[in-house]
Amino acid sequence: MPLIAVLALAAGTYAFRLAGPVLHHRLRLPGRLRHLLSVTATVLLVALVATSALTEGHGFAGWARLAGVLAAGILALRKAPFPLVVVLAAATTALLRLCGIE
Amino acid sequence: MHSLWRTLDRGTLRDIALVCLADAVVGAAFGAIAVSGGLPPWVPVAMSLLVFAGGAQFAAVGVVLSGGAPIAAVAAGLVLNARLLPFGFAVGDVLRGRWWTRLAGAHLMTDEAVAFVLRDGDPRRRHAAFWACGLGLFVSWNAAVVLGALAGRGIGDTAALGLDAAFPAVLLALVLPSLTGRTERAARTERAARTERNAARTERAARTERNAALLGAAVAVAATPFLPAGLPVLLALTGLVLTVRAPSGSEVSCP
Repeated sequence: MPLIAVLALAAGTYAFRLAGPVLHHRLRLPGRLRHLLSVTATVLLVALVATSALTEGHGFAGWARLAGVLAAGILALRKAPFPLVVVLAAATTALLRLCGIE
Repeated sequence: MHSLWRTLDRGTLRDIALVCLADAVVGAAFGAIAVSGGLPPWVPVAMSLLVFAGGAQFAAVGVVLSGGAPIAAVAAGLVLNARLLPFGFAVGDVLRGRWWTRLAGAHLMTDEAVAFVLRDGDPRRRHAAFWACGLGLFVSWNAAVVLGALAGRGIGDTAALGLDAAFPAVLLALVLPSLTGRTERAARTERAARTERNAARTERAARTERNAALLGAAVAVAATPFLPAGLPVLLALTGLVLTVRAPSGSEVSCP
């Protein structure tokens, strides 16, 4: 990963962050567009969860990772604290791999 | 800084601390995964300081480690971070004051900080929650990434520790409330709205959003074997076709 790629990602990200606070008082997005932007964010986040839970490269990531992420989902639904969710997801995956389940 | 702690109640401060702790675990995983995957330690450290957006960092490093071109990594990260634009409009009011405070504050805008700001309607508490969460996360995230990157050389096999499950786990925990909590919110809107028709429309908008997300996720997973890394997530935007004829939630909430 070259430095120029890191800088490009950083500059673009900062531009996204700054636009809202700078334009906040000068520009009003129509309600319909604001709604669409928030749905877009949810769609992208859920797709990222699905692909990072299920796939690795061009194939299946294996049952161990999937089980860890599902465990996290159950804990999150039960409103467990964040650190617990994360540690138990990793622990579930690690334990399954220790038992030989990939 | 002192008034910051006085403005926030203990419950909010505890929640912010817990999120900082959880993200520190993920940050350490990020540093370790990047370095054990073969990247030099400066890459995860520089990314965390300059980009400071966990999801995009994992996405970009994931693309590179799975053999994708740097340009695909940048594109994947930028598309993910495009959500910061609508976030900025939603919480823009907390960044006021001198121009350099606004410039610095914008860099601290994360999903977590936005979530804490949206929990409160009071301008002073929104402001305090943003800065407490933003500064807390910046320090804990970057410190954890450095430690993870240092440990990454020694670990060798991060898969054995299950660290690859940490990132989807945090993201899932963050996105679940917006997928399942809508019914609760719809019920509240129903009480606020005068007609039942409005409540039914809000419900429908929430269901459409969930279906769009699920369709998008299915498309992204199905496309993964055939497309270069980074592109399948973008393809998830096809899920938005479901919203074309749906009512918008914000229109509905106006009485």
